[in-house]
Amino acid sequence: MAQLLTRPANHDISAPPIQMEGVSLRYDSTFVLRDITFSLPAGQLVAVVGPNGAGKTTLFRIIAGILRPEAGLVHVYGHKPGGHVCIAYVPQRSQVDWSFPITVKEVVMMGRIRKIGLFRWPNRHDWKYVRHALERVGISALSNQQIGELSGGQQQRVFLAQALAQEAEIVLLDEPLTGLDMPSQEAIFATLDELKREGVAIMVAMHDLNLAAERFDQVMLLNRRLIDFGFPQDVFTRASLLEAYGGNVHLLPEGEGMLIADTCCEGGEEHL
Amino acid sequence: MDEILHWLTQPFSYAFMIRGMWASLIVGVVCPVLGTYVVLRGMAFLGDALAHIILPGVVMAFLLGWPLAAGALLVGVLAALAIGALGRRSEIKQDAIIGVVFAGAFALGVALISMQRSYAVDLAHILFGDLLGVSNDDLWLMAGLGALVLFTVFALYKEFLVISFDPVLATTLRLPVSLLQNILLVLLAIVIVISIQAVGVALVLAMLVTPASTAYLISRRLPSMMLLSAGIGSFSAVLGLYLSFYVNVASGPAIVLVETVIFVLAFALAPRRGALWELLRTRRG
Repeated sequence: MAQLLTRPANHDISAPPIQMEGVSLRYDSTFVLRDITFSLPAGQLVAVVGPNGAGKTTLFRIIAGILRPEAGLVHVYGHKPGGHVCIAYVPQRSQVDWSFPITVKEVVMMGRIRKIGLFRWPNRHDWKYVRHALERVGISALSNQQIGELSGGQQQRVFLAQALAQEAEIVLLDEPLTGLDMPSQEAIFATLDELKREGVAIMVAMHDLNLAAERFDQVMLLNRRLIDFGFPQDVFTRASLLEAYGGNVHLLPEGEGMLIADTCCEGGEEHL
Repeated sequence: MDEILHWLTQPFSYAFMIRGMWASLIVGVVCPVLGTYVVLRGMAFLGDALAHIILPGVVMAFLLGWPLAAGALLVGVLAALAIGALGRRSEIKQDAIIGVVFAGAFALGVALISMQRSYAVDLAHILFGDLLGVSNDDLWLMAGLGALVLFTVFALYKEFLVISFDPVLATTLRLPVSLLQNILLVLLAIVIVISIQAVGVALVLAMLVTPASTAYLISRRLPSMMLLSAGIGSFSAVLGLYLSFYVNVASGPAIVLVETVIFVLAFALAPRRGALWELLRTRRG
């Protein structure tokens, strides 16, 4: 039955986790993403920022191999993304059916389905992985709860644990911090920092530019085009931010740095 | 005591009642188990449509002298796969297409029946089932197909779970998502064929969604939802058959009515998701 499954792609660890060259995608003749080129090294925590409709979710879906770009090349560890099972993509909370009759540990186990194989049931080794993943994100006590009974921050951590159980080497999180309180955000950052040290490449779509500047190694400023990608202090320049947000961002001189307030996007939803 | 025992055993002094009981138990277990996916994936309309689409297959099999189930299975599986293919073309509104095929096929079936002499009787049997007319051969076929469905649901448990809960995850794990969806549709067609003899084309939907919806109100996990749903389905099948024997109502509708009553009770009283619970919670503030 193994031939029913997609053949796993070659996984060249010497190649960068994610590499894009001239990637474009249109919906109904308008570009959602246009000529995106970048290369992401391993063990980096990257914030992807930009206004609503900037194409953050689309970018993630292309990397995850869910959408295919019209033009350009996408390489994940040196090979097209379609065959890779090393990518964990955690969609926005609004995309999940929280009333589904499923418990926390079962959601986490889903990350291992491909490793377990068709027609097989999870064994003790798999459940150990799940327990370990739940411990790492600090929600072991909730493992038998139905997922709808959890708070927003706990729910987000369930999917982070799923990515851990999957043993993902690339983690894409779509607005995991939206609507979370500070302790929940800190819990997520603690896990992300750990993953980073293990060499996992992490991209986080988000709206809070201050948080992006403070907590991330690199930031990617996106508005259908890739405006800039690099260290926060190099990317968050007045010119680049104006280019990404137009008149919707207020830049205030404050000592040496700037106070950045993204007024249009907090709590907004993005579907493309 | 003896009277109760007599009351309970008396129906089964007839061979047709024993066969009817087995048939309704098979349907009462298999339908609700697959029905959990129908409910969770929002496939109720599709299930109803598929049941009606099968009608011309049944009639043509009858006219050609084939086993009825063979005709139903052929049309059902073809329709399921066609709907699956149409559903993946996003520019077409899927429910409208299903509606067109559903009504057209059903009209064809009724038209074919109306050309026959014993029109009234046979149509009623196909529409509302003929549990007491189940033959031994029918019973073996139902048992075989039912076992196949349960086995597949068991073997592909985690795969069906992930394509139902999180199709995006299924894609990033590179599972064969459309193949799995098609298998689920084919299982749905098989289950409908099994059920037609018991409850008929018009009431198959109840067997698929009512016990599963009841179980949904109570369960927090899919396995318990499946077990509970099968329990409700088989209990309703047995009770419905007794009602049909003693109160002299048609067996298919009797089973469906029992299921509906249980659903209403659960809807009112279920912990957490029930109406009463909701009311108490808002009272307490």
